[in-house]
Amino acid sequence: MFNPLIQNKMNQKEEKPLKKVCIICAKGSIEDVYATLVMANGAVMEGIEAKVFFTFFGLDAITKKQMKKLHTGVVGNPAMRMPGGIPFPTLLGIIPGVEAGVSAMMKKQMENLDIPPVDEFLDMITAGGGEIYACKLATDMFKLKKEDLSEHVIDIITVGDFYAMAGGENTQIIFT
Amino acid sequence: MATKNIAGVSVNVDDEGYLTDPSQWTREIATEIAKEENIELTDKHFEVLEFLRKEFETGAQLTIRKVGKSGIIDIKGLYDLFPGGPLKKSSRIAGIPKPTSCV
Repeated sequence: MFNPLIQNKMNQKEEKPLKKVCIICAKGSIEDVYATLVMANGAVMEGIEAKVFFTFFGLDAITKKQMKKLHTGVVGNPAMRMPGGIPFPTLLGIIPGVEAGVSAMMKKQMENLDIPPVDEFLDMITAGGGEIYACKLATDMFKLKKEDLSEHVIDIITVGDFYAMAGGENTQIIFT
Repeated sequence: MATKNIAGVSVNVDDEGYLTDPSQWTREIATEIAKEENIELTDKHFEVLEFLRKEFETGAQLTIRKVGKSGIIDIKGLYDLFPGGPLKKSSRIAGIPKPTSCV
């Protein structure tokens, strides 16, 4: 859509299009992981190079055993609401099975919007040339080896390696 | 609304060059728009374009995932056919509006 505000800004100062995004995912809830995956996939779909670095709890998204079992936090999440918009009582969230139920519901709603499960999303991102990396420090901490991770993970790298990839004009580092 | 002369036909386009009336589309128009994107259309391209047009007619929200599951081509192949913008470029060449989905 034509947006006069954006157009005006572009006229004032010539803006060069984004060339590369380096996205860091440090959390393992559904919403944090999907924020990363949607942004990475969106980048490659626009012809923007994407490098994704999973660290700490974000590693769940690329760990074979965990990637299909991501949950969303139902305790202490003030934005959590029941269908119909009634606030979701935090105390309900502590009942066994509630978190799994809410998470399943979220996944179903995403599926309806054609948002794929994590493993398929990684397929899509890498098909478009996006690159997936795991953090060395965090894999050491969680005692994970390369073979525990999705086959889409190119390598386990240090933060220094990651910064080395983040060079170049019109590159942005995004922390989701 | 702007009009543009593509392949000898005057068609209605939006600011970004997407056809606003998909019924004005022809294979010749597709070939011309593809040239602007530096893409030379093959039969495989046309298969994808026809699929997109058919899906659009049914009112479906287009995504690369849907194309990947169409049985025509996988997602990697789609990127190879329309480099740097698999869904946007293919939609523009297919003469349908700019896709509004984020996947």
